[in-house]
Amino acid sequence: MIHDERSPAIEMRGIGKRFGATAANADVDFVARFGEVHALVGENGAGKSTLMSILAGLYRPDAGTLAIGGRPVRLRSPREAIGLGVGMVYQHFMLVEPFTVAENVLLGQERAGPWLETGAVERELRELGERYGLAVDPRAPVWTLSVGEQQRVEILRLLHRGAKILILDEPTAVLTPQEAAGLVRTLRGLAADGFCIVFISHKLDEVLAVADRVTVLRRGRVVGSVAAAESDRRSLARLMVGRELASLVERPAEEPHEAVATGEPVLELAGLRAEGDAGRPALAGIDLAVRAGETVGVAGVAGNGQRELAETITGLRRASGGRVRIGGADATNRSPGEIARAGVAHVPEDRLADGLIGGMDLAGNAILRRYRRPPLARGPFVVARAVAAFADRLLKEHGVAAPGRRTRLGTLSGGNQQKLLLGRELAGEPRLIVAVHPTRGVDVGATEAIHALLRAQRERGAATLLISEDLDELLALADRIAVLFEGRVMGIVPAAGADPERLGLLMAGVDGGGVAPVRRVAVAGG
Amino acid sequence: MVELAAPSGRGRPRIRVERVAAPSRLASALVPVVSIALALAASGVLLLAAGENPIAVYRAMLRGALGDRNGFAETLVKTIPLLLTGLGVAVAFRMRLWNIGAEGQLYLGAIAAAGTGLYLVPGAPAPLLIGGMLVAGLVGGAAWGLIPGALRAFLGANEIITSLMLNYVAILFSEYLVHGPWRDPSSFGFPGSPALPEAADLPRWGTTRVHLGLLFGLVAAALLWGTLRRTRWGYEVGVMGANPRAARYAGMPTRRTILAVMALSGALCGLAGMSELAGIGHQLQRNLSPGYGYTAIIVAWLGRLHPGGIVLVAFLLAAILVGGDQLQSSMGLPAAIAPMLQGTILFFLLGGEALVRYRLAWGATVPSRDPGGRERA
Repeated sequence: MIHDERSPAIEMRGIGKRFGATAANADVDFVARFGEVHALVGENGAGKSTLMSILAGLYRPDAGTLAIGGRPVRLRSPREAIGLGVGMVYQHFMLVEPFTVAENVLLGQERAGPWLETGAVERELRELGERYGLAVDPRAPVWTLSVGEQQRVEILRLLHRGAKILILDEPTAVLTPQEAAGLVRTLRGLAADGFCIVFISHKLDEVLAVADRVTVLRRGRVVGSVAAAESDRRSLARLMVGRELASLVERPAEEPHEAVATGEPVLELAGLRAEGDAGRPALAGIDLAVRAGETVGVAGVAGNGQRELAETITGLRRASGGRVRIGGADATNRSPGEIARAGVAHVPEDRLADGLIGGMDLAGNAILRRYRRPPLARGPFVVARAVAAFADRLLKEHGVAAPGRRTRLGTLSGGNQQKLLLGRELAGEPRLIVAVHPTRGVDVGATEAIHALLRAQRERGAATLLISEDLDELLALADRIAVLFEGRVMGIVPAAGADPERLGLLMAGVDGGGVAPVRRVAVAGG
Repeated sequence: MVELAAPSGRGRPRIRVERVAAPSRLASALVPVVSIALALAASGVLLLAAGENPIAVYRAMLRGALGDRNGFAETLVKTIPLLLTGLGVAVAFRMRLWNIGAEGQLYLGAIAAAGTGLYLVPGAPAPLLIGGMLVAGLVGGAAWGLIPGALRAFLGANEIITSLMLNYVAILFSEYLVHGPWRDPSSFGFPGSPALPEAADLPRWGTTRVHLGLLFGLVAAALLWGTLRRTRWGYEVGVMGANPRAARYAGMPTRRTILAVMALSGALCGLAGMSELAGIGHQLQRNLSPGYGYTAIIVAWLGRLHPGGIVLVAFLLAAILVGGDQLQSSMGLPAAIAPMLQGTILFFLLGGEALVRYRLAWGATVPSRDPGGRERA
């Protein structure tokens, strides 16, 4: 192990990593020192996790160099990384639930002899736990521990293996506020003892509370690296949203949206509340209305209630309070089938998990919404000829590139899958469209096709709720943009002439009051 | 991806097992044929080790099972329960409901049919009597299948465990009946119910033991094929089997379909019990089934859960069973030959499946996977 305290703990230079056509990291420089908590911030998809996975030995970079403790290294596996003192706590814990804490810590460690020296490990864990505020019973089976305690086990495991550089991937996302405060104290204590902590987050308040230094990534590039003491939420938000936003203010001339839509309200949300998967509140009282012929965009950093909002409206998640009205009729906590029959199309966030059947052919996927009704159904039967005709028409109309309707859906590209899904959802002329990240992971051509489809629906008079992390997309398609932050609507602004900076601040949870003068920020890299 | 060997040492090549994106149709179709050929070869080695000429053994089996009218008829007789139970478990497997309770459902079908024939409508004319027993067999099996179905649908209980445990309950219940309340008073204490009325015997094909149950099985296979392929319900079963979340998204009635599928699965197995009872045994007796309900699992998988495939495989496995039995008399070999062959065939089939879906790859690169879980166009 090499820990020359004078050299940077981590020095990454010119790191590049591509996945297919997507550049997850491009020419990234990242330097972190022993004794500091270094936050890595950016929106989802900015390349934070990729960069840290390279550092943890999970991925190999396509370009660039990496030095740990001043020594250039090439990592081939997480095991080599941990051997060099680099350990990562992933968002999904890697613990064996029936095993005790001590057994989990021992797991994968190569010690001499065939016996598990749990006694010694338990003692060491207690000492480490006391020293850094990571109290957890070494003899407790992991399944009996809370999520926060399991996270402590992950950290203890890395410390026990001698890691001096700890990477934590959005560690507070799963914690209660009290647990999060405890974690911040632990991380500060570790930094004071000379550890290097890399803290991935997109919650700016938290970053400012814990970090010494903040590096901001946007679209795979470093857009700034600043001392936390010299920055604030506003300046970080500005960096996160990026300066290319300036060009977005001028809307493309091709689609002059008429002013505010005058149709009847199709979707009305009043005080809508729902819980997330972990049972914590995800929607904390949403009030929002979408009128016929209107597109309301929902912006926000991932994990602020977007997915839950879409699922609660479409019946896939129970509302714990408040009301959903569709076309004037109450639709709160109706089944997904009833809501679909009320004329609601849903483009889900994860199309292969929720909206499509990868193992079925295209025809089977095409008829998912209408196999119950004529002409596709006649009594209890499905009419093969009508299915074929409907599927062929859908494929042709939406330019889905595929050998034919008998092709297995899973073999199609993401863009073609999405075109099929959108075509299917829009075929019934829905009055409400709930679209979540409709162009995520889709190539440029398909993105244009999907945007054209959504515009046509708006002109037809459909109400659209468009949830997206892509501000460009929202500004191009929406009439109004609502910004979600921690399950609340922080503000609603008209898209025409919207100030991207104000949107960025709302996304970061800063109320859109007066614009205070912004301190100068050192901008490095891309 | 499964790491077979991952030496992190410098420059050593890795062997990885990768998932193949789209298994080719040709490969899928060849797997059963090649598996059976390899299984015969591997069993041949075992037979050689036992001092037998495998060619002679296989020839004797073939002659025994298919060589003459009698052997062929016996093969058809054994095909019937394998076909019906194979179809039964296959319909559940298609929805990823792991019903391994076919044996118990078969017994319950037989018990219900026997009760109907002996005590409910013993004096009815043949069509009515057989019709009544048919319905009773279907209902008995369906009811037994519905128990694990309901536990799964409403409580989320694992149907593998519950359906398996109910096998023992069903078998012991039938033991109780044939030793106790239903025992034939004129049997001198031997376990077994009284004989069913003659009108309850299923019509036979000429002088052979092949009975009407074969028609039940073939009609059931055709109906099941049509239902799965041509009806809304069949489509729902397919979607729920392939992606339950998409089924929920589309508003499909998941619970109701679980219940319906388990009832249908059980009913087909119950029909197997009824036809064994009315076609072969003519009384409720011990060891009604030598484990047809378990062999059914092999039949369903080998037949790729397709009704047509199941018809073929049921016949094939029946031929192996009959041929194996014949070895005892014709060559003095142990009857264990047949199950051994079945086992090796299954072993090679599963191995072949894995090779169609996965491939071995050499090289040191880790396949790219975007950490954000995003897909690329």
